[in-house]
Amino acid sequence: MAADAAAEAAARGAAGVREPTASEVIAGLRATTMDAAVVQLLSPEGVLTPHPDYPLEITGEMLRGLYRDMVLVRRCDREGNALQRQGQLGLWAPLLGQEAAQVGAGRALGENDMAFPSYREHGVAWCRGIDPSALLGIFRGTDHCGWDPKATRFNGYTIVIGNQVLNATGYAMGQRMDGADEATIVFFGDGATSQGDVHEGMVFAAAYDSPVVFYCQNNQWAISQPVDRQSRVPLWERATGYGFPGVRVDGNDVLACLAVTSWALAECRSGNGPVLIEAFTYRMDAHTTSDDPTRYRMADEAEHWKLLDPLERVRVHLSRSGQADAAFFEQVAAEADELAASFRAACRAMPDPPPERVFSHVYSEPHAQLDRQRAEYLEYLAGFADTAGADGRETADSGTGGRR
Amino acid sequence: MSAPTSERVALARALNMGLRTAMEDDAKVIVMGEDVGRLGGVFRVTDGLQKDFGEHRVLDTPLAESGIIGAAVGLAMRGYRPIAEIQFDGFIFPAFDQIVSQVAKMTYRTQGAFPMPMVIRVPYGGGIGAVEHHSEAPESFFCHIAGLRVVTCSNSQDAFDLLRAAIFCDDPVVFFEPKRRYWEKGVLDTATRNQPRQTPPAGFSSVTRRAGTDVTVVSYGPSMAPVLAAADVAAGEGRSLEVIDLRTLSPLDLDPVVESVRRTGRLVVVSEAPRESSITADIAARVTEEAFYSLAAPVIRVAGFDTPYPPSRLEHHYLPDLDRVLDAVDRALAY
Repeated sequence: MAADAAAEAAARGAAGVREPTASEVIAGLRATTMDAAVVQLLSPEGVLTPHPDYPLEITGEMLRGLYRDMVLVRRCDREGNALQRQGQLGLWAPLLGQEAAQVGAGRALGENDMAFPSYREHGVAWCRGIDPSALLGIFRGTDHCGWDPKATRFNGYTIVIGNQVLNATGYAMGQRMDGADEATIVFFGDGATSQGDVHEGMVFAAAYDSPVVFYCQNNQWAISQPVDRQSRVPLWERATGYGFPGVRVDGNDVLACLAVTSWALAECRSGNGPVLIEAFTYRMDAHTTSDDPTRYRMADEAEHWKLLDPLERVRVHLSRSGQADAAFFEQVAAEADELAASFRAACRAMPDPPPERVFSHVYSEPHAQLDRQRAEYLEYLAGFADTAGADGRETADSGTGGRR
Repeated sequence: MSAPTSERVALARALNMGLRTAMEDDAKVIVMGEDVGRLGGVFRVTDGLQKDFGEHRVLDTPLAESGIIGAAVGLAMRGYRPIAEIQFDGFIFPAFDQIVSQVAKMTYRTQGAFPMPMVIRVPYGGGIGAVEHHSEAPESFFCHIAGLRVVTCSNSQDAFDLLRAAIFCDDPVVFFEPKRRYWEKGVLDTATRNQPRQTPPAGFSSVTRRAGTDVTVVSYGPSMAPVLAAADVAAGEGRSLEVIDLRTLSPLDLDPVVESVRRTGRLVVVSEAPRESSITADIAARVTEEAFYSLAAPVIRVAGFDTPYPPSRLEHHYLPDLDRVLDAVDRALAY
């Protein structure tokens, strides 16, 4: 069937018709996920088959931990969406469907490894020990980075597509120069692979044998553009062109993501890096809360991917193998409820920063011009003290209230 | 370093000595860019550095400007002090995204967790008969971006001192080198390397090159030479020009300019960058704001035209020269 589809697609291409039909897209995705080249340890049906090339010591405790991670991360993500709908957040970038790709990679990281996220890596942040509510500041507009990126070894979210790939490569160049037993992982999406910075990052990484894992979460869509608008070959195959290994992993299989990323990081630390991993997954929700995926993709595509849900297959495996009972799942669910409550509360309690924050840390050294601007503005605000709210914020926002 | 502490050296050589001494002073200082290693840079500013400091501290990079700057960001995050060379002014634009989006904002985004102690060296300006994209003066783009410091030099001593100050500053510095002055010799005292470092470095401030009473003339980098020559000629005609070299374009140390204008009442600003929305526009606006009642004449600008940089056979029309500066002085005095 795959061959027929390819022939049909070729004929359509020759006829100048470039857009595949929805059923062709889905057929292609199904065919690809079943492709023998995709590394999978845990099938959608919950059947565990160890992989010869990517060994992983799998224990019940590990499986329960990964399941818990994914449930909690998914729950915070759903709360993020809800908080945006309630007007508490300006925007939220959902990760629904990508929990395994992120938790698998995140749990593979060593303490000293450095991670460079894009802006959807809430699951990796969780694995780096970052309180999920720290992510809210970016989307609520109180902060650009609500955690210490140096201490957590998880860089700030990067909004410009692909920029972080080069930054990560440079960081990895430094790790190698230092002779450190560390590696770097950088997260980006299928859309980013069209960006020049991603290409340049791979060129630099290859030139300097940088210990960097390029971790592409191919979630099939760059807002409304399908992955076939970005590439004519599977993304992992591009690694060949740069001269380092590329692996396609079932991005909905947390064990496969963990095993392959662990292997890739070890490769990097041994001096053989870099490695490209394509985590083949699916964005179950919108690109962001500003997006409407019903305008560009078919409902049955999402229905198909629901059958590949990353949480369900772990749950099924745990249940069937007797490694977790109902009490465990109830406990995790209760924990999720608790986390969701604290997540919501933290969001609502998040204060607006003081006006001085506008001027802080623009430069690391004193800057007379900016010091003057800050002093003038604070003095200006202070002038409203007797006519407006005590902190003058209302006046600062409206620009007129205090003068009336 | 065995060189004598005070001699006449070319500006490019002074920059080379600045790089060399900084690399001696701090093992975290690294140089990177296209052709900076074995070749020593197309202008030889990095000559001999790779030979003496090794391939791990002087990196010949792939030909990719965004790659050079983007990788330098990661190296700075790692604790290095990368000095990235962009080979020519017109080639900085592929790296503009990284400079604007990451270099300038990393400190602010991370509230100081990741400072960006990085220098981006850019040979800039015209006057060497080059082909397109090799003669531009793009400094105003960078002055508009908060988080960057923008520095330039007009003589050998400043080249050495300002480059060293830029390297040891924890903020990212875009360092514009006046390429048509690379071969001009000036006195250089390298003993300044032993002076205690200041925060912010005193070398970043504006400096008065020549005291005068009739008109204040402000310039920087490659245009300082015609301005100083014009001041000589004007003196012969009985006109006294006060000449100020800005050295740092952002943040602008404008106080000496304002003070001078309060005394002379007249200001001419000279730069070869196009005039519209430029550093010269900013100086004119701010001096008007701060010294309006001292001004006896409008601020007059001598700048590059609002055109792309012309073919080199026409560049002598484009670049502000001694006569255009004197003409502007005449116009300021005619009020």
